[in-house]
Amino acid sequence: MTPTPTPAPTEDARRKASPLVKSARRKISPGRIAAWTLLCGALFVTVFPFYWMVRTALTPAADIYSDSTGLIPDHPTMINFLRVLGLTSQAEARAAGGSGAHVDFLRYLLNSVVYSGLIAVLQTLFCAMAGYAFARLRFPGRDAVFGVLIAALMVPPIFTVLPNFVLVKNLGWLNTFAGMVAPSVLMTPFAVFFLRQFFLSIPRDVEEAATLDGVGSWGIFWRIVMPMSRGPLITIGLTTTVWSWKDYLWPLLTGREEETRVLTVALGIFQQQSPNTQPDWTGLMAGSTLSVLPVLVLLIVLGRRLVESLNFTGIK
Amino acid sequence: MCADTAVAPPRKSNGSDPGDPAAARAPVGARRRRDDRRAAWLFLAPALIGFALFYAYPTLQGIYYSLTDYNLLSDPTFAGADNYSQLIGDEQFFNALKVTGYYVVLNIGSQTVLGLLLATLMHRLTRSVALRAILLVPWLVPNVTVGLLWMWMLDANLGFVNHILDALGLGTTGFFTSPTWAMPTVAGVNTWAYTGYTALLLYAGMLQIPHHLYESASLDGAGEWRMLTRITLPLLRPVLALVLVVSLIGSFQIFDTVAVTTKGGPVSATRVIYFYIYEQAFTNFRMGYASAVAVVLAVILGVLTAVQMRLLRASRSDLA
Repeated sequence: MTPTPTPAPTEDARRKASPLVKSARRKISPGRIAAWTLLCGALFVTVFPFYWMVRTALTPAADIYSDSTGLIPDHPTMINFLRVLGLTSQAEARAAGGSGAHVDFLRYLLNSVVYSGLIAVLQTLFCAMAGYAFARLRFPGRDAVFGVLIAALMVPPIFTVLPNFVLVKNLGWLNTFAGMVAPSVLMTPFAVFFLRQFFLSIPRDVEEAATLDGVGSWGIFWRIVMPMSRGPLITIGLTTTVWSWKDYLWPLLTGREEETRVLTVALGIFQQQSPNTQPDWTGLMAGSTLSVLPVLVLLIVLGRRLVESLNFTGIK
Repeated sequence: MCADTAVAPPRKSNGSDPGDPAAARAPVGARRRRDDRRAAWLFLAPALIGFALFYAYPTLQGIYYSLTDYNLLSDPTFAGADNYSQLIGDEQFFNALKVTGYYVVLNIGSQTVLGLLLATLMHRLTRSVALRAILLVPWLVPNVTVGLLWMWMLDANLGFVNHILDALGLGTTGFFTSPTWAMPTVAGVNTWAYTGYTALLLYAGMLQIPHHLYESASLDGAGEWRMLTRITLPLLRPVLALVLVVSLIGSFQIFDTVAVTTKGGPVSATRVIYFYIYEQAFTNFRMGYASAVAVVLAVILGVLTAVQMRLLRASRSDLA
């Protein structure tokens, strides 16, 4: 803030902000080594199963018994990926260890993207609109309506899942994207609450100036409030994407068929189709790898943002 | 803020014609207020429709179903409190509650202790974003994938973990197929999936603690353990309490992992309440009975959520 002593104090402050990183440069104590060992152990336990998943996916099904301990497969192959992506013929897939059932993970991947994309974008938009109304517009009964809406936080998901399934079924929306996204696309109480909190903190002056210039609420919302709220909007959008990407029960109930089957449901069905006594592990791990890749890309592209979002919404 | 809504005039002019010429001559404030009202309902329309159709209506419907016999094919027939009186004699239901409780204790215990350990290590050693991002990966992955991944890692014959155990002379274990080990295994798998997430939340809380406290404690010769118990834990208490309640509510709703790995078995050892509801509704087609179980679960979770809201309110002062 104060312009005079800029460079030196910031450097000093940075050192002060991490006293232990500083002292680490000075001395290496046994305790410190033990602590780093623990942390590296945790990282190993986190990462290794993923490595093993990819390693298995790259192993030919025929080798699964003979080659199950080495860190690198004896005969690495892409065939498992090709067959779960539906890029091989039925005969080739069966020869490579498939059950012969039709799988097309490319399609399920796309379905997952459509499913979580629709929910993330529309839910964020509609919740922002509602949050804005509650934060900024005056209308009779505002606090009461807000209270009722937030009370929905108290209702556990399983409770609404059963009747919502009946509703979607009666509407004839089973196995359509409309039915799959309907319950979550219009609102979720937490997002309304979260965005309202942020909108309350935006200074009113800018809006009032715009009002005097004759800009309506819709214009203020789109041209002033939304651009100013990029961070929180991305936060809500990202966490919604992750949750809907992981979603299993609802898409399992409403979108089992091929046209709407998302990755999680596809993995479950794929597992059931493979014999219990001799599961198609190489194929399952190839499919599992495909379900991890997109979130990994998300993490690499938006890593810092995602990690910081957590600090922001996590403690909800 | 509260004063705004208490203002009487807009309420009175509620039914007035929007094209009323008198409004045009009214002062700016009043005109703005009338416009607000119309705009507000437009802004709220999607959320309110969503709320009414997919939250409010199904809640009432769920309570109604719990009082009926309903097999999803023919119309529900009213059965009064039958489902509830059946619940009292249903051993499977009490088993599900017991099993869920066992899971919650195991999972929350390990997740909180390990999360706290990880968060402390990060807080005292490094601020690397890359490291935090890696720890977050298991949380980003669908539970279905996590379940399959660990079924493979823990497979009785070919699983990597059993190879290690065998090499160490400990013999092999069918983790998911043993009635004793199935539940601790499911809890362990979910601990693996969620500990990084918990640790990051706690770490975020630790960053709020002023650094000079640690500096002066270290000048006074306090060790790491003392700093943890005397500074970190007491100052982290609100965040810790919140994280605990949130993950508690979350772990009551375990479903995906069980659905993929054990399907409630062996011998109901992992038939948790969510899975029991699912089976009753969609395998046995007893929607009414499933709804009654859901009502009971809703009451339990409602109490926990109420506690959560209280904590939320206590931790954020500017809350309405």
